[in-house]
Amino acid sequence: MSVFEGFRFRGVSSPVHRLDPRVKFLYVFVVFAVAIMFGELLPLLVLFFVPVPFVFLAGVQRQWLRSMRGASLFAIIIFATNFIFTYLSPGSIPGIEPPLDTASEYFLLLERSLAMTLRFIVLVESFSIFFLTTSPDRLSLALEQSRVPYELCFAFTTAVRFVPVLAEEAQTIMDAQRARGLELERGNFMKRVRNYIPILIPLIVNAIRRSLELAEAMESRAWGATEKRTNLYVLRMRRPDYGLIFASLFMLTFALYVRFSFPMPSIVALLSL
Amino acid sequence: MIEVREVSFAYPNGVEALKGVSLAIQKGEFVAIMGQNGAGKTTLVKLFNGLLKPTTGEVLVDGVDTRKVSVANLAQKVGFVFQNPDHQLFCETVEEEVAFALRNFGLGKRTVQKRVKWALNLLDLEKYRQVSPFMLSGGERKRVALASVLAWDPEVIILDEPTIGQDYRQKERLQQFIVQMNAQGKTVVVVTHDIEFVAECTPRVMLMAQGNIIAEGDARKILTDQKLVTKASIVLPQVTQVFLGLMDLGLPGDVVNVQDARRALSDFLGVDS
Repeated sequence: MSVFEGFRFRGVSSPVHRLDPRVKFLYVFVVFAVAIMFGELLPLLVLFFVPVPFVFLAGVQRQWLRSMRGASLFAIIIFATNFIFTYLSPGSIPGIEPPLDTASEYFLLLERSLAMTLRFIVLVESFSIFFLTTSPDRLSLALEQSRVPYELCFAFTTAVRFVPVLAEEAQTIMDAQRARGLELERGNFMKRVRNYIPILIPLIVNAIRRSLELAEAMESRAWGATEKRTNLYVLRMRRPDYGLIFASLFMLTFALYVRFSFPMPSIVALLSL
Repeated sequence: MIEVREVSFAYPNGVEALKGVSLAIQKGEFVAIMGQNGAGKTTLVKLFNGLLKPTTGEVLVDGVDTRKVSVANLAQKVGFVFQNPDHQLFCETVEEEVAFALRNFGLGKRTVQKRVKWALNLLDLEKYRQVSPFMLSGGERKRVALASVLAWDPEVIILDEPTIGQDYRQKERLQQFIVQMNAQGKTVVVVTHDIEFVAECTPRVMLMAQGNIIAEGDARKILTDQKLVTKASIVLPQVTQVFLGLMDLGLPGDVVNVQDARRALSDFLGVDS
């Protein structure tokens, strides 16, 4: 469950936490777009280090590292599949003339696979910062003020809020079934999949039961009584927000400019290996 | 039977649930572990069947280190009934539910049938044999959960909060049942903060607070100690409160339940009880 830990909001305050969620989302979107734009290692490395100051400013280093660690398994899979498939058809990488024979071509292959892995890590990294520093309440507020219907916002925040609850419950259910002799890691693939039935059924049944209870509790507190809701807190852009908007747009323009003006050199070529 | 030596336990998120706990439970003993929420009671008993492994120190069950054997292996000796039956029930019928663990332990078909019949009979569930456990009431579901553990006749039975959500009649039956099992030589460990329940059963009591065992001993000694009980955030049994208030008249202070009170009063008044 450590992957979830890296996305769970913690109630602290920092300049990053106080940024408008909409602006932070713009920033994440820009990072996302730039990461998709480049397939080379060099710009992705730069992109990897861009959010690091934010992490320290927000004081969420530990949780952030944990989310990175949680993503490492997927990162390894991405690296392996990229390496294997580009190895099988190396012609798709600029600079490599098949067949693969020189050392520098192998380095290029390695660099390409690393770049794809880093692209994934950059995406996880920026989303992790977003969720670590944005409370579900403020996120909902941002959605509402972006004219998303309240029912949808509420469903979204409730879903987010119940992720840790469900994770904890899954753990308890696993314990209860293991205490009855269930061995999750035993048997062939199909058997292992079937081993999860005793975990999933109670988990789903309880989730449905809980959602019905939640609905009743909300209705008894007059949920949806007023057509036009107002909020105690209203999101307002402040100077740091405008700063981040400017920085994000600058980053996007700069990336577009670089992308379409220069051919991006590979690190292998730069070091002339 | 169960020996805990200098055990500390910290959850992955850093919460230190147990801080150097040592204890020993003899074969055939009846022990109640009491204390407020978060005192570490459930964590402690989860160490007994290997669901959790100690961070430091060791837990021995019948002389075997719990770190060296699987949960499925230990579970045959140490049965664990979880607090909430909804965390384990998943089968289509009560019968299947009770048979689940037996099949996990690899018992033969005939033995499974025999044991299921025995367990259903024991807990008065025979009429629900073909009923879905999800259709039963809370108390009945709890009994199904209990039957599903007792079915394999473990030497040690751990009950986590067995009285929660049970009406008075059910509680009384449960109490008789536990006392009876204990009389048959089973080691019983009950985790609870239901002091009246413990006062009726008069087992050996361990009081926990903040990850430590702060006191242990005979129920009549522990449950009448105002200071200790307050430290564990529980309230004295009502009968005890009355008798502590009457001590200046020469009545004894170590009275925890109605039987005790009757004996104490008849002695005091010089009549035959």
